[in-house]
Amino acid sequence: MSVLGQKQPTRLFDAPGPKARARQRVYSALATFLAIGVAAFVYLGFNDTWDEVAAAPGQLFSADIWRIDEAGQWSAEKWNPFLDPEIWSDMVLPGMMNTLHAALVAAVLAIVFGIVFGVGRLSDHWWIRALCGAVVEFFRSIPLLILIFFTLAAPLAANQLLGIPFGTFQVDPLTAVIVGLTLYNGSVLAEVFRAGINAVPKGQAEAAYSLGMNKTQVMGFILIPQAVTSMMPAIVAQLVVLLKDSALGYIVAFPELLRGFSLIGTRFNNVIPAAIVCATIYIIINISLSRLAMWLERRNAQRGKPTPAAATAPGGPDAGPGDTAAAAEAEPPESGEPVKRRH
Amino acid sequence: MEAFLSNYEAIIDGFSWTVRLTLISALFSFILGIILTAMRVSPVPLLRGMATVYVEGIRNTPLTLVLLFCGLGLNSGLGLSFAESVEWNVYWLAVLGLSAYTACFVSEALRSGINTIPFGQIEAARSLGLTFLQNMRMIVLPQALRSVVGPLGSVLIALIKNTTVASVAGLGVQEASREMKLMFDQGVVPVIPTFIGFAIGFLILCLPTGYLFGWLSKRLAVAR
Repeated sequence: MSVLGQKQPTRLFDAPGPKARARQRVYSALATFLAIGVAAFVYLGFNDTWDEVAAAPGQLFSADIWRIDEAGQWSAEKWNPFLDPEIWSDMVLPGMMNTLHAALVAAVLAIVFGIVFGVGRLSDHWWIRALCGAVVEFFRSIPLLILIFFTLAAPLAANQLLGIPFGTFQVDPLTAVIVGLTLYNGSVLAEVFRAGINAVPKGQAEAAYSLGMNKTQVMGFILIPQAVTSMMPAIVAQLVVLLKDSALGYIVAFPELLRGFSLIGTRFNNVIPAAIVCATIYIIINISLSRLAMWLERRNAQRGKPTPAAATAPGGPDAGPGDTAAAAEAEPPESGEPVKRRH
Repeated sequence: MEAFLSNYEAIIDGFSWTVRLTLISALFSFILGIILTAMRVSPVPLLRGMATVYVEGIRNTPLTLVLLFCGLGLNSGLGLSFAESVEWNVYWLAVLGLSAYTACFVSEALRSGINTIPFGQIEAARSLGLTFLQNMRMIVLPQALRSVVGPLGSVLIALIKNTTVASVAGLGVQEASREMKLMFDQGVVPVIPTFIGFAIGFLILCLPTGYLFGWLSKRLAVAR
């Protein structure tokens, strides 16, 4: 196991002998050198001393250049706000609560939307299939942001279309974010559910029919529960995407986590520290959720139920644009790797 | 619909920037993605670690934050600028951010493609005395690339949709969603036809891309 638990692809190369080890040391040294160079550039740049180095490269070796500049981004003053509990209780935590609130509501709604339209695409009636297919393909193909903009412009649309005067109702940013996230991720989840239902062995449904169940019962008692269990990793992975996309709320002035940090950045003039802390929080939340997905996948595998990858194979009948079901594409079912997450 | 179509110049202009952003970012992210993948499977532990940290870090950061950092951090903070005119400067900064972000997904797709190659082939190549780089170049990557055409299509479509974020996250690049927002804000155009018009624009970009890549992935699939 290397960093962050990546499986080592050891079969791609031999166990290194003395010569190879020497060569690896050279490469490692080169890479380290390069990384240190980039890090030094970034450090000096945000320290506001890079200009002096650029003017006279010889100064690179003077201690003055490397000392933390009071005006730069690394000065203690710019990091102190993050040691202040009030900043956390007044700005960061409310932002985080808003992010989680939006993500949670949108997640529940998206799962409902996904089940409804995923099952709808498998309906016996062609017009339900066509309708659900059109809805899913439509919302999967257009950017989340223009959905959010459109939701915000809904009062304007109501005014133009129905003559409802302005101010009758308003769409707040939270609603717009939730609606956008629900429609987009819901239609992606619809494809995941459809793939999952298709992957349940045929015999299951046949057995249920032969026991006298009707179509609704077969769907509700036999197919959906198994599909949800086996697609759990893909569903969790999509929820990570949903959580990450909630940062788009920043753009429509929804006071979520990223917005909170940008306010801190402007107030204390410490954009870079704020960005670093904010990114760290997002990375921690998302990596923990991905770990959960991996754990679910491993648990499924132990129960002899690998995530159905074949159902979503590339170029299969399901392969459409923006294929999230493609998550599992190209992933051999026996690889034990986590289902890849989409954007 | 006429009121919407009378703005066609602004719309065409917006979508042309969307396409420019997509194509150039796709090219850079593909190149960077291949390099990252090679690093992630390389025999040198340090390179592997660096690529893993990069991919896991950027992949789990919201794109909005990545692009904000490009605008505020790289441009304002580090004074990085690519072009004289503001228009092109923010364009290249957005390309940088989008490529850095998308490369992670390209790399993840490629790595899963490498997993599909039977290890017997890789072992056979090694036993013939091919070095790691020869093995990657002649045996592994050509097959891996062919098997991930489908997922790469999904990454490309996600990139088309993600270019909309570049207009708003601290950069203000001109592109389609920005044009739509401007039209809404001015309140001069009927909202619903405008929305449908822009949605159709994105459908025109995304649907054929999806079908093209679906068709390609079937055609190029390695028969085993």
